[in-house]
Amino acid sequence: MPVLDLMSGFIAELRNAGLPVSLTENLDAMEAVKVIPIEDRDAFKYALGATLVKNNAHWRVFETIFEVYFSLRGPEYAITQDGQPDDFWREMQEQIDQVNGQGEGKGSGGGMDSLTPEEINAMLMRALMSGDQAMMRALAKQSVQRFAGMEPGRPVGGTYYLYRTLRNLDLENMLQKLMDANRESSQQDLTSLEERLEKDEFESRIEQFKQEVESEIRRRLVADRGAEAMAKTLRKPLPEDVEFMHASRDEMQSLKKALYPLTRKLAARLARKRRHGRKGPLDFRNTVRHSLSYGGVPADPKFRYPRPAKPELMVIADISGSVAAFARFTLMFVYAIQNQFSKVRSFVFIDGIDEVTKYFKSTEDIGEAINRVNTEADVVWVDGHSDYGHAFEVFWERYGKDINSKTTVLLLGDARNNYHAAQSWVVKEIAKRARHVYWLNPEPKSYWNTGDSIVGEYGAHTDGVFECRNLRQLEGFVENLT
Amino acid sequence: MKPRFNDVATVRSGLKKVNYLADDGIAGVVFLADRLGKPVLIEGPAGTGKTQLAKSVAELTGARLIRLQCYEGLDESKALYEWNYKKQLLRIQADKNSDSWSEVHDDIFSSEFLLARPLLEAITSEEPVVLLIDEVDRVELETEALLLEILSEYQVSIPELGTITAKQIPLVFLTSNNTRELSEALKRRCLYLHVDYPDLEREKEIVLNKVPDISENLADQIARIVRSIRQLDLKKAPSVSETLDWARTLMLLGIETIDAQEAKETLHILLKYQTDIAKAAKELSVTK
Repeated sequence: MPVLDLMSGFIAELRNAGLPVSLTENLDAMEAVKVIPIEDRDAFKYALGATLVKNNAHWRVFETIFEVYFSLRGPEYAITQDGQPDDFWREMQEQIDQVNGQGEGKGSGGGMDSLTPEEINAMLMRALMSGDQAMMRALAKQSVQRFAGMEPGRPVGGTYYLYRTLRNLDLENMLQKLMDANRESSQQDLTSLEERLEKDEFESRIEQFKQEVESEIRRRLVADRGAEAMAKTLRKPLPEDVEFMHASRDEMQSLKKALYPLTRKLAARLARKRRHGRKGPLDFRNTVRHSLSYGGVPADPKFRYPRPAKPELMVIADISGSVAAFARFTLMFVYAIQNQFSKVRSFVFIDGIDEVTKYFKSTEDIGEAINRVNTEADVVWVDGHSDYGHAFEVFWERYGKDINSKTTVLLLGDARNNYHAAQSWVVKEIAKRARHVYWLNPEPKSYWNTGDSIVGEYGAHTDGVFECRNLRQLEGFVENLT
Repeated sequence: MKPRFNDVATVRSGLKKVNYLADDGIAGVVFLADRLGKPVLIEGPAGTGKTQLAKSVAELTGARLIRLQCYEGLDESKALYEWNYKKQLLRIQADKNSDSWSEVHDDIFSSEFLLARPLLEAITSEEPVVLLIDEVDRVELETEALLLEILSEYQVSIPELGTITAKQIPLVFLTSNNTRELSEALKRRCLYLHVDYPDLEREKEIVLNKVPDISENLADQIARIVRSIRQLDLKKAPSVSETLDWARTLMLLGIETIDAQEAKETLHILLKYQTDIAKAAKELSVTK
């Protein structure tokens, strides 16, 4: 396929995945392709990356799509025909047989097919032990061929094949085995530090091997189904678009990573906004004082800039199962920029309510504070099913008097009340006293007020109910808040 | 115009000669910047050698480095050009009687009375130049617009004089610590390069390269410990420059192999927050 066609498909797919690729960037990429040969895959990849991806958070998505579209280019990435081991592989195996002294005619002809899974496993362990890159790649190829059981045209996702391959390789125990073997082979006892370093090293090698397997599977799927279809199945949302309520564990990790840069940027932006506020009235004294250096001419007028008071914030969050992740992220977010507020207090509830401000005060580490909130806060009253009504009632009783005209109250939750009494008068009372009351709901708008969700009933008393499904929406809301 | 580099490999080996260890991505983007005549926007955590890259490229190409340090409140008169108005006044007063008004008027707005600031200087320079616009994320969004003309057309428009076009296309590097999102317009005009912490091999090589007389074994150990520490959830992960400081410290202390105790005692060079140090110390001494 000519490069041009491939490129336009590739860029269309980048746009489909949500990357903002402009026309000029597209043209730049075309220019770049002219001076960098496609055969040099790494340089080619970086050339495309430099012209098309202008945000580091999007790099992962770019990398996946790049692999899908260009994984069939270049001779060293060719797929070996089934049952026909390529030369490289044969060479590898001969080497190994020599080292082991147990190559009973397997090296020639039979190839990997005659190896038992145990032998493959042993070879993998040796490769991981010595960090032999070429060997690891070859083994990844081979184990996919052997264990994944891929059938052309079968509409199964890559994760299924990945699971099947890895199940046969027993990677969970591999780390332990490697550590044991390492301990045996070294003469003296390893110190704990050395051991830890070894462990990190092995972990990274195993991770690398997993990635090799994954990309091998992808390569085969692309060969089977074509790049466009494959890219579609692999399409993943960008970190800021991942939904809190349905994030997988990996996505949670990347969300967490994306959170801090985001808060830092937001804090800088807010601080700047505060400083460069509207113009104030002339500060007469200051102007006169400064006029002295101009011989009494008021050449440099000074103004009295308004300093808007920072809002006080009270966060009341539902941390029951379904919305826990959302509450956690919002709390992290709020505390990461807490210097933008004069005071932050936080409360969590399920059917009972507890103040958790102290956990955040006692440590600088927000992650740890969140952990303590999850484990130590006393939030269960009867059965541990959300009861907004009761939680709000108790809140009003205990803390209601602390709300004043400077306070902004944030209510977080999906308002799925399990058909308990709503007690929405509490929200009404809060709204009377507080400066603002907002409700953030992690559910899509179309689900609101369906089933046991009574967000409408509460929302009527607030200054607004906002859909807050992902980091992007959360950031937007917090920016407008301060 | 003649390209400065033949291929990516030349860039890489050249940078190595001036003591900058580039990976494929860095070398590739520098090469591309030269070929396409586009500025490079470098982003990444602090202390990963963003500024150093520009300096090294200048050294490699034998070009003069012109640096514009950005800060909040940077404006046209400090970045682009300014009229030397004291000199203009002198000119007017010097021959009050002789010249006619129009002559004086034309005269005081000539290039003689123009003070070139870094950006203008970079494009008017006769000899090759590397322009470094450092920490571009510190200027306000509005000030960014100042840069756009020079970044895309390599020219500066001065109302009184007309447009000054570059005599040679300088290599331009912009660095950003990512404290705010840069405008789309700026990003679109640049090649983007994210410089992250180096991987194990590269970090080890950097240590070997920059710290004289260090043993291979120690460098390897340092790189591995730093990698382990970076994997922790820290406020501020150790940067490359901190790794180098640590390596130098260990050399001064005459340590050949690091054990947990020594690592703990010197952690404060690597990490700058008390909570981070406590966390790392705890992690490093954990058995398993």
